[in-house]
Amino acid sequence: MSQAAAQAADGRPLTYLSNGFTLRSWLTSTDHKRIAILYAVSITAFFFLGGIAIGIVRLELVTPTQDLVSADTYNRLFTLHGIVMVWFFLVPSIPTTFGNFLLPMMIGAKDLAMPRLNLFSWYLYVAGGLFTVYALIAGGVDTGWTFYTPFSTMFSNSHVLAAAMGVFVVGFSSVATGINFIVTTHMMRTRGMTWMRLPLFVWAMYATSFVMVLATPVLSVALLLVMAERWLGVPIFNPTHGGDPLLFQHLFWFYSHPAVYIMILPAMGVVSEIFPCFARRRIFGYQFMVYAMVAIAVIGFFVWGHHMFVSGQSGYANLVFSFLSFVVAVPSAIKVFNWTATLYRGQITFEAPMFYAIGFVGLFTIGGLTGLFLATVPIDIQATDTYFVVAHFHYIMVGGSVSALFAAIHFWWPKMTGRMYPEIWARFAAILMFFGFNFTFFPQFIMGWMGMPRRYGSYPPEFQIYHVLSSAGALVLAAAYLLPLGYLTWAYFRAPRAPRNPWHATGLEWTTPSPPPPLNFDAPPVVNEGPYHYHPAEVGPEARPEGAEDEQRASSA
Amino acid sequence: MILANILPPGASLYAHNVDVIYYTLMGVSVLICLLLLIVGGVFIVRYRRGSPAKRGPMPELLSREIEIGWTVATFFAFIFLFFWAAAMLVSSGPAQKGDLEIHVVAKQWMWKAEQPNGAREINEIHVPVDTPVRLVMTSQDVIHSLFLPALRLKQDVLPQRYVDMRFTADRTGTFPLLCAEYCGTEHSHMTGKLVIMTKQAYQKWLEAQPGSADVAGMGRKLFTSLGCSGCHGRAAHVRAPDLEGVYGRSVQLADGRTVQADKDYLRDSILEPRKDIVAGYEPIMPSYKNTLSDSDVLRLVAYLKSLASKEKDQ
Repeated sequence: MSQAAAQAADGRPLTYLSNGFTLRSWLTSTDHKRIAILYAVSITAFFFLGGIAIGIVRLELVTPTQDLVSADTYNRLFTLHGIVMVWFFLVPSIPTTFGNFLLPMMIGAKDLAMPRLNLFSWYLYVAGGLFTVYALIAGGVDTGWTFYTPFSTMFSNSHVLAAAMGVFVVGFSSVATGINFIVTTHMMRTRGMTWMRLPLFVWAMYATSFVMVLATPVLSVALLLVMAERWLGVPIFNPTHGGDPLLFQHLFWFYSHPAVYIMILPAMGVVSEIFPCFARRRIFGYQFMVYAMVAIAVIGFFVWGHHMFVSGQSGYANLVFSFLSFVVAVPSAIKVFNWTATLYRGQITFEAPMFYAIGFVGLFTIGGLTGLFLATVPIDIQATDTYFVVAHFHYIMVGGSVSALFAAIHFWWPKMTGRMYPEIWARFAAILMFFGFNFTFFPQFIMGWMGMPRRYGSYPPEFQIYHVLSSAGALVLAAAYLLPLGYLTWAYFRAPRAPRNPWHATGLEWTTPSPPPPLNFDAPPVVNEGPYHYHPAEVGPEARPEGAEDEQRASSA
Repeated sequence: MILANILPPGASLYAHNVDVIYYTLMGVSVLICLLLLIVGGVFIVRYRRGSPAKRGPMPELLSREIEIGWTVATFFAFIFLFFWAAAMLVSSGPAQKGDLEIHVVAKQWMWKAEQPNGAREINEIHVPVDTPVRLVMTSQDVIHSLFLPALRLKQDVLPQRYVDMRFTADRTGTFPLLCAEYCGTEHSHMTGKLVIMTKQAYQKWLEAQPGSADVAGMGRKLFTSLGCSGCHGRAAHVRAPDLEGVYGRSVQLADGRTVQADKDYLRDSILEPRKDIVAGYEPIMPSYKNTLSDSDVLRLVAYLKSLASKEKDQ
């Protein structure tokens, strides 16, 4: 059947969205775009679940005494927040939604290399999620998302097995997605799409996939050992039977530090698409951007020990890990410089995706710089396990990754849904999110350095002012997250229809109709220029024309 | 005033040194943020759509050279920061003989300390000012972490293992003491006080404590009452290694390894005697794992240590 001729019932061209409306047509679809939507719905649910948990935590922390929930409930809430946000929201967030949707389109393919594996990985994600929801309903788990031994294996009276099982299962989903992306990038690139012509988002997905495939199994092994010790009594981490509790920390961080790059590399990819588009300039230093991402992915495997400076590991090991942590910060710094330099001599406009992307660079910079503090051993000794660390990683993962996720949602919304979004509301939400975020997390740097430990349900009264500020900020942040849920739902049904390429962006995904047909392209596209060809190298960029791009391509197709 | 409120008090030279590094990093970070804010801000305003600013191609200078330039500059700046902090850590030096040794045992959810004369405290540690102090710490259950913000020190406390924390306070006062490693339900109540006193006040306080006795002396009593001396004593008829002066020495093991007879080795030898067999001896010693508390083991080790230092003094 020729796609171009295919029509849905209402007379409009067939799109991936109108290609079946039953639940079954969604749950059995192997279309990468539909699976991306399945993921989008599921991670949104988990995002709000994790958000509710931390909302109660922040409410409890308004007063220094433990008065809203019991100490045990408090511990279960922050554990739930951590487990859900890391494994069921942040790690899968951009790769499984935008990676799934865009990777094949950006390289000119009609789907991922293994579409059924792709669907299977979503089911694995759901299965893992069910274990976690079971652990929650059964009474929760109180080990912290880090599952430190021997607490998790010998002492905790909570549903550690179910929670660990959930994370174990969702790990397979990560690995399956990673393998799928790697194979797709190698095998499915269309004619002319050479490695150095790949959009940086594709490079980001490719680098992320390697980290997923190589790091996740180590976490799985660590969790399996936790389950073996807790359930079967196999002494592995329990020191009274000759085990080593620090072994768990090494295994855990060998995954969980690279996992930070699983969360941030995709965000870097998104921002690298958006900056050139709204500055109308080629990305500054394309090759360096590629090398920087590869360097981050590789060096990221050798810095896990910086989570263990006070654990009792050797002082010399501390210095080696400190050194490598400084080294891994270099490529990140280069990327910030390059995004800034991309603005130089541009024709910049400020639609919502650009707002979010600029916010990303600012917050990521603060997160990265405070990372240098924590890479410095004597500073880390004071700051680790305090709110300083909490603030630092939220700047990277929420200020960084989540800002980029919202940038991506707005940037590709017209492509994914075929509708525009309300620009004014979106800009307002972006600004609100930026200020709400800083309001929430900046006070945490201050109280952390003063000595406020993390995971405390009650705390010395001198820290109250910072906790109150932080909780007030969280309220603003919550509003900023709910806002897009509202106006985007409205936009999906009511907003004006989107043209193929509302931003006049480069990239193969913009050459398809919005929303794209089930098999993306009528014929395999041919690529004969590099990415971000917003202007010829020898002249500067033109201002982006007002209004939507003409539909010439559509009419000639 | 506000500044004094957001900076934690420092009570040692080390804390002061840490603060210097912290403020330097802070300065560098603020500088970088300002630079980015200014450059980015100028670009955003100057190159907004339709502004009259000059566009055209990238100047030659701005291509490869500047990229290599700022990569190298960033790299060296970071290496410098690393080196500086590392040098400060390394120069803080090894433990001194004669440090005041206080034993700390962590458990869910309290800190128990034992002064050199046997005086015991819960959730409080008293130390004299201007005196090198060494906390020898272990945990009875899960991993805890002793956090003394005023000294900029934190150290995880592990079960079945000894870890040290060393400091020389240079200011008297009462400062917070916290558990920083999440350890279960009452984690946030596992807090207490670090009391830094003048030397005279500390002596007075020590003597006023009930139950004070020499820790090594208590170890000696245990050594006899548990029957250790029956085999390890000079006049014993069972062949067992002589323990006089063993602390700090290297020991040849039956499997060919050579180990340092430190606290961990002695502890293991008491609790798991079959782990490291000394060359030339039969593995006949029973385990004392279920007989001895953590505090008892600390006392025994303190006694063995005192034997070693006596020998050196002679």
